[in-house]
Amino acid sequence: MINFEYTKAPSTNAAIKARSSFAASQFIAGGTNLVDLMKRGVMAPERLIDITGLPLKDLGDGPAGLTIGALVPNSAVAEHPMVKAKYPLLAMALNAGASAQLRNMATVGGNLMQRTRCPYFYDTTMPCNKRTAGSGCSAMEGYNRMHAIFGASDACIAVHPSDMCVALAALDAVVHTSGPKGDRKIAFADFHRLPGNTPELDHNLQTGELITAVQVPANRYNKMYYLKVRDRLSYAFALVSVAVALEVSNNTIQSARLAMGGVAHKPWRLQAAEQLLVGKAATQANFAAAAELALEGAKTYQHNGYKVKLGKAAIIEALTKAMG
Amino acid sequence: MQENEQQGPSNQGRRSFLKRGTALATLAAMPPLLVKAGEKDEALSAYFEQVPLNIEINGKPYALSVEPRTTLLDLLREQLGLTGTKKGCDHGQCGCCTVHVDGRRINSCLSLAIMNNGKKVTTIEGLADGDNLHPMQEAFMKHDGFQCGYCTPGQIMSAIACIKEGHANTAADIREYMSGNICRCGAYPNIVDAIMEVKQGGQPL
Repeated sequence: MINFEYTKAPSTNAAIKARSSFAASQFIAGGTNLVDLMKRGVMAPERLIDITGLPLKDLGDGPAGLTIGALVPNSAVAEHPMVKAKYPLLAMALNAGASAQLRNMATVGGNLMQRTRCPYFYDTTMPCNKRTAGSGCSAMEGYNRMHAIFGASDACIAVHPSDMCVALAALDAVVHTSGPKGDRKIAFADFHRLPGNTPELDHNLQTGELITAVQVPANRYNKMYYLKVRDRLSYAFALVSVAVALEVSNNTIQSARLAMGGVAHKPWRLQAAEQLLVGKAATQANFAAAAELALEGAKTYQHNGYKVKLGKAAIIEALTKAMG
Repeated sequence: MQENEQQGPSNQGRRSFLKRGTALATLAAMPPLLVKAGEKDEALSAYFEQVPLNIEINGKPYALSVEPRTTLLDLLREQLGLTGTKKGCDHGQCGCCTVHVDGRRINSCLSLAIMNNGKKVTTIEGLADGDNLHPMQEAFMKHDGFQCGYCTPGQIMSAIACIKEGHANTAADIREYMSGNICRCGAYPNIVDAIMEVKQGGQPL
């Protein structure tokens, strides 16, 4: 790893100032992705600003919903009795990601900021528009089994790797930030970007802007499930994943939220399928119709055509499991 | 990344600074020995950029000086000679390097040593009490929870945490919460048996 300068931020304002006044710096918290990227030479910040001393470690529930400080470890959220009771979808998604050790290190803010696991992004001997703008996309004609079927561009077909973010997308979470220009609240759907012709940008944060918390609005979903399909039973990235949150009464779906992971550059909401399900009975036929609609418009590449069939099956299975 | 804004001249990193001509003037003002070292940027950085680190390892306090890029794993193995903690993949994928920091299991290969300032680390060397092995060490021996043994220190550290976290209630539970520790010899069934026995024994860990 190329050496760098290290500084520990004494306050949120100091962290923002340090980051925004020096372009070649990065925030670090859990470091589970950033340190790995630095070891591999994919990222090479000249200065790391350690934010782990900042007071962003509270987790609480109120009338407006659940608020999770950016520095709360993934494991602390996943194991929290209130989260398990009231936001089980979030706990399920978190426990589906990484390993127990990594969940102890990784923070909620860092989970949003993690970068794609596209192997060409990590291989510094290969072209990658995300790593080096304009160098080309090796995945397009390469081994693209893990890659996107929605929202990709000619410049990049990478997928976002997070499980937690798929649940947060389904739950209409809000990202709280502080930056040089003040505080912002960003709707989860507006946080991550599609690649377009700027795949080097994963998200819409400004330089120096720091995630302070993630808020999950209070909801009335009573049927939830997170299904992750992967090459081994645990500790692997998703081929596809599905987050389901339904409000069901008298076997009729009153409201529905569906999001998929492993299929796009950001967590992919299935809004057409959600609308189809509202007012319908929770039956296999309706689930199948929703799945069919959800996968319309998918664009596959040489090695990832299986994701269409797998995606449909995963949606039906996740809806079925949610209904118990 | 959004890194396109102008860099203020008063706020440069060491690397940017050395890339500019002024670095030559800096080197010229140094003793010859250091200039020789300065031919290699990394050697120069090592000289300038040691940072103080106070850390407790297996109950013993250390006042150290490390480069920021030193991982906790490399600190343990290379600087302190605590080679029980193993380097497998060095990328957080295998779990060989698992240690406890303030009682929680982590991958020491992905943790910068300096970010553990003021913390308490327990490694495999810190488990036994003299010649009395930790119950988990005894159980791994009894159940043959290894073949080559390379992953074993990480497996044992992870296994202790797994029970303390309350995640060792069934064999399936253990398999899920031990999935961050890979064993290429495939000793998994025996590892699960060892953990189950310690869990059921209820000894203090």
